[in-house]
Amino acid sequence: MIEIKDLHKSYKMGSNSLHVLKGINFSCEAGELVAIMGSSGSGKSTLLNILGMLDEADSGSYTLDGVPIKNLSETKAAQYRNKFLGFVFQSFNLINYKSALENVALPLYYQKVARKERQEKSLQYLERVGLKEWATHLPSELSGGQKQRVAIARAMAAEPKVLLADEPTGALDSKTSYEVMDLIQKINDEGNTILVVTHEPDIAEMCKRVIHLKDGVIVEDKQVEQVRAAQYVQ
Amino acid sequence: MFDIERWQEIFDTIRKNKLRTFLTGVSVASGIFILVILLGFGQGMQNGIEAEFKTDAATSIWVWPRRTTMEYKGLNPGRRIQLRNKDYEVIANDLGVDYQKASILYFPNNIRILYNNDVITYELAGTTPDLQTIENEYLSEGRYVNQTDMDTKAKVAVISNKIKREVFQDLDSPLGEYLNISGVGFKIVGVFGEVGEDEDEEERIFIPLTTAQLVFNGGDKINNLNYMLPEKATIEETVASSEAFVKDIKKYLHEEHGVAPEDERAIRVWNPIEEAKRYYALTGNIKFFFWFVGICTIIAGVVGVSNIMMIVVKERTREIGIRKALGAKPWGIISMILHEAIFVTAISGFTGLILSMGLLELIGPNIEIDYVLNPSVNFQVAFTTVIVLIVAGTIAGFFPAWRAVRVHTIDALRDE
Repeated sequence: MIEIKDLHKSYKMGSNSLHVLKGINFSCEAGELVAIMGSSGSGKSTLLNILGMLDEADSGSYTLDGVPIKNLSETKAAQYRNKFLGFVFQSFNLINYKSALENVALPLYYQKVARKERQEKSLQYLERVGLKEWATHLPSELSGGQKQRVAIARAMAAEPKVLLADEPTGALDSKTSYEVMDLIQKINDEGNTILVVTHEPDIAEMCKRVIHLKDGVIVEDKQVEQVRAAQYVQ
Repeated sequence: MFDIERWQEIFDTIRKNKLRTFLTGVSVASGIFILVILLGFGQGMQNGIEAEFKTDAATSIWVWPRRTTMEYKGLNPGRRIQLRNKDYEVIANDLGVDYQKASILYFPNNIRILYNNDVITYELAGTTPDLQTIENEYLSEGRYVNQTDMDTKAKVAVISNKIKREVFQDLDSPLGEYLNISGVGFKIVGVFGEVGEDEDEEERIFIPLTTAQLVFNGGDKINNLNYMLPEKATIEETVASSEAFVKDIKKYLHEEHGVAPEDERAIRVWNPIEEAKRYYALTGNIKFFFWFVGICTIIAGVVGVSNIMMIVVKERTREIGIRKALGAKPWGIISMILHEAIFVTAISGFTGLILSMGLLELIGPNIEIDYVLNPSVNFQVAFTTVIVLIVAGTIAGFFPAWRAVRVHTIDALRDE
């Protein structure tokens, strides 16, 4: 599903250049649930941004579902993002003047799905994350865990090939974190490919495979025995 | 443009950001409102000043002789100049000057006017038919002096409304009554009024010039020459042609009557359009001033709209980032922001336009201030102004939107 070869990325910080990714090789099959771990500054967010086409690598190749991702125009990148990728962010990034339902419907709007179908579909996804009754509420009326579930519903609504989660539990307490991870596991059980960036070991253990990044290179890549989050959730 | 989904998205945004929309709308609407009201009053002042000059035909010229003040070709100063029929004819036929109407006034001396054996004291003037047009007089009853009266030297008289009120108050109509003027009976055939109610000129009784000269021993003497010139496309051209006309006839009259060319006081010419021109220049300046204030108002409006647009876009940087992450194309975002801006400015601009024009329509005709008459505004001008404001608002919205879209998605998402 994802194929990365010798990926390099550096940022210019004034006159200095900060080499963040120093040759990443990584591939991942459909249906995997991968945790990307590393301390802050290890390059994990940068990697995720490149995977999410929000940023571009300096060198190396990146293939997503057989499509080479290279030298995309803004418009093309937007199209690919919409078609291939769902995003979940640490800070939720919901649009604050739109209700939960409208937030979920937004990627469908950019897929040019008709309004009625959009609403039905969004409601369906809200139901799957257990927030059907909250459909008309604004983000400010939801708790952190609920916001993240809306964000996950939004990411899933576009039926992406890969779900990218950047510290999805970073702003949540552990109980809510497990709820969110339970949801992510369930989505993965349905066959969706998911990449989770995290620095929390207990979250990483809930994935099937863990990759450790350190100073811009992968230092460890192992399959793990998945810990089900459901057991922590009443 | 007619994408219903897009409209729904925009209405959603507007509905959920009422204050922002309201502020943008108010600044646009008030700009248009103030401009239209100012322009309306500018027009009103112009109308008012024009109306003040409607009392005589705007392009009329009046000529009357006085005494000479300079010695010339052996003739002493202080000599009284007497105009004669010949002067009128030479000007009409031999000078090659261009005019629309001409008339003559002759004031007989030492006459006594009686009605029912009572003396009445009004001014008697012999005249020709075109005076009516030049003096801008209207007829209340009967008819004016006409060419047949002139040819037959008819003993008919036209009196003013004022005389009718003062002398013939007991009668339904003075038509058919006779005035005894120094022993000769004149039949009243018409009643006239002065546009603009000029009381002085309403003192007059007009009889045909030919009759006046014959009956009151006038010979070929005349007192006044009056002309009306054709109006040209612009006031400047009209003034120029009237000045040329005045120069030509003065030259002729000076030569004919032995007046020194530099003697300005022997033959007097009143050319009201020269005075009118000063007022027109004044209204021009006032209009310019109103335009200036109006345009400043519009500029303030544009700056206001730009400001709001910039803040709006700044406030929405994060939202733009989210939309981009979800698959919005850069142009899609720019056009969404502009679409919203155009929609809001257009609606509020036209609201301001309709309100201000409605106000002018409503109170305009009822305004009673000197020199202000029926303030109104050219719809096209107002409409264009709204379009200008919309275009300006669009341009003002475009640049911040463009910049916001250029911001890297990641940076936009980190924007707090």
